[in-house]
Amino acid sequence: MSEESRKKLDTKLTTIVNQPYKYGFSTNIEKETIPKGLNENIIYLLSKKKNEPQFLLDFRLKAFKKWKTLKSPTWAELKFSEIDYQDLTYYSAPKVKKKLNSLDEVDPELLETFNKLGISLTEQKRLTNVAMDVVFDSVSIGTTFQEELSEYGIIFCSISEAVQKYPNLLEKYLGTVVPIGDNYFTALNSAVFTDGSFCYIPHGVKCPLDLSTYFRINDKEAGQFERTLIIAEKDSYVSYLEGCTAPQYDDNQLHAAVVELIALENAEIKYSTVQNWYSGNEEGNGGIYNFVTKRGLCSGKNSKISWTQVETGSAITWKYPSCILIGDDAQGEFNSVALTNHYQQADTGSKMIHIGKNTKSRIISKGISAGFSKNSYRGLVNINKKAFASRNYSQCDSLLIGNQSNANTFPFISAQNSTTKVEHEASVSKIGEEQIFYFLQRGIDIEDAIELIISGFCKEVFTELPLEFAAEADRLLGLKLEGSVG
Amino acid sequence: MNKEIILEIDNLDVSIEETTILKNLNLKINKGEIHAIMGRNGSGKSTFSKVIAGHPSYQINQGDILFKGESILELETEERSHLGIFLAFQYPIEIPGVSNEDFLRLAYNSKMKSQGKKELDPIEFFGHINDKLKIVDMDISFLSRNVNEGFSGGEKKRNEILQLALLDSDLAILDETDSGLDIDALRLISKGIKNLMTKDKAIILITHYQRLLDYIKPDFIHVMQKGKIVKTGDAELAKELEIKGYEWLN
Repeated sequence: MSEESRKKLDTKLTTIVNQPYKYGFSTNIEKETIPKGLNENIIYLLSKKKNEPQFLLDFRLKAFKKWKTLKSPTWAELKFSEIDYQDLTYYSAPKVKKKLNSLDEVDPELLETFNKLGISLTEQKRLTNVAMDVVFDSVSIGTTFQEELSEYGIIFCSISEAVQKYPNLLEKYLGTVVPIGDNYFTALNSAVFTDGSFCYIPHGVKCPLDLSTYFRINDKEAGQFERTLIIAEKDSYVSYLEGCTAPQYDDNQLHAAVVELIALENAEIKYSTVQNWYSGNEEGNGGIYNFVTKRGLCSGKNSKISWTQVETGSAITWKYPSCILIGDDAQGEFNSVALTNHYQQADTGSKMIHIGKNTKSRIISKGISAGFSKNSYRGLVNINKKAFASRNYSQCDSLLIGNQSNANTFPFISAQNSTTKVEHEASVSKIGEEQIFYFLQRGIDIEDAIELIISGFCKEVFTELPLEFAAEADRLLGLKLEGSVG
Repeated sequence: MNKEIILEIDNLDVSIEETTILKNLNLKINKGEIHAIMGRNGSGKSTFSKVIAGHPSYQINQGDILFKGESILELETEERSHLGIFLAFQYPIEIPGVSNEDFLRLAYNSKMKSQGKKELDPIEFFGHINDKLKIVDMDISFLSRNVNEGFSGGEKKRNEILQLALLDSDLAILDETDSGLDIDALRLISKGIKNLMTKDKAIILITHYQRLLDYIKPDFIHVMQKGKIVKTGDAELAKELEIKGYEWLN
């Protein structure tokens, strides 16, 4: 390719890739915060503010103690300046004048914010088959369809509400899948988490609606530490969706979440994420630091957990949704599309820990890197000594756009018995001039060409998303890469 | 009746990264004609086809390309395609995860849109493409496969001809469509190409060998050497070349 034509193609790709972030506005709202900094007093204050039972305060204090002994992990392919944890605010919430009785009493400014994001909390405009919990900075604003779900015995509420109403369930399960001291960020989260979602699906119930949480970080100096816990009892099923956005600021904001899933015998949990936190500008300034620990426990026989994620935002993504397959015949799945552009960095992948017999796992990872970004897949498949006849299939494909982006694959595989079968496939491809020329010669313009190439590349993952989200994901990649598509 | 020119190449000079590839190239093609361009590897045949289609890598230093009487040098690749220029690739590109049907429909609808005509929805399109499949003797399963992925050499070339049939282009440039084909596939594809030819269209066959020309008889044969057309003749020229080799022209 000649220098000139390479430049021409690069400029074209760049203009297509560089669509502005649509959700970058911030909401000016009266808020209630606590002083900056992190110490035991802050934790007492947080816990008191939320009127928490003693076990939770103990949980937090233990986590804080642990956190102080840990160091921020350095093994990932990520470069970022050190985070000053004393310069962050650990609680920020819209000021409420009185206790809300229904969603209709939510501050109009907030409702307007979510309307702008395409999410309606008011009765008549709600998505008909999705129940939604909405978290704004540190608190849940409201949950829809709660009453309807309760007829099935399904609990779907913010985790703060669950702490008050179902303390026994919380005490029994919180921190059992992701231990407090699992890593630096789980310890931090366990000490200071403020809100998130809680779902409990009783024995034999197939949840009739998709459950969904929408996370919005608004405050410039507050970190968001959310905690999600989903429990699927024997023979139950639930599909859970998660979406996120944040305003555009020049400084980085921290998001450190913990998600725990528990599937008992014959239960299935499908967990889908479309992550579109602000990713920083073209020079790499600003954007969310996204350090997330997500783990599912297939504790029962024949249980199944699948993670599907579309990661398009954040300046830094550090995230490895995992499955621990304890029950015999349990299944774990991880389907991922990670798109990075400009100076974004993503180090993401999955861990599949096979403990039960005849357990199966599948990892499909699709990384797309454009601009000067860095996109790494990091995975661990560990098949235990007694996980006889277990199987794993992993496939990691990378697609490069332009000449400055970077893709890595770090698969770790450990099979400790001889009756298992482990397969790993990896590929790297590039959207090249010849590929584009083929489309153009057939009369297809460059935007449509790139859209089709990308959606073909991601097809295996998108088919795993629930319908409402598949459209959303297509639209999102469209916005990020193809301009006015969709 | 006067013959109508469909493609005129006037004193064309083309380079890539400072290296001149085509020099003082002149060629006129009338509607209803089949021209063959023959020559050794590296003689500039493929460059010639890509330049007409508007490949962005090449620099036009001098001369002009007129299609249906208008210069196309300033037109984008996709605009030239919409006007009726089709290039069948020597190495068709694979597009993982994209079904042949979606690709073909997007190509077809892009052309319809450019002409202000009605685009077809998937069901209408299915009816439309179904008729075209017969031209290259392909069954319906061909549509649901990913574009060129896992296709045999012959299937890839048939897919190119299917696209030509679908887009109904007036000028088809076939870049070594015969390479890598067995006799049966060659016969089938040649038949397909001949069926698409009308008195208002033209074909440029780019090939190394006489073989293809046994099935599709050209009106003119041009021999290209070092970026120039050094000899032009009728179908007999190919036979002579087959016996004497390109050396003969030096």
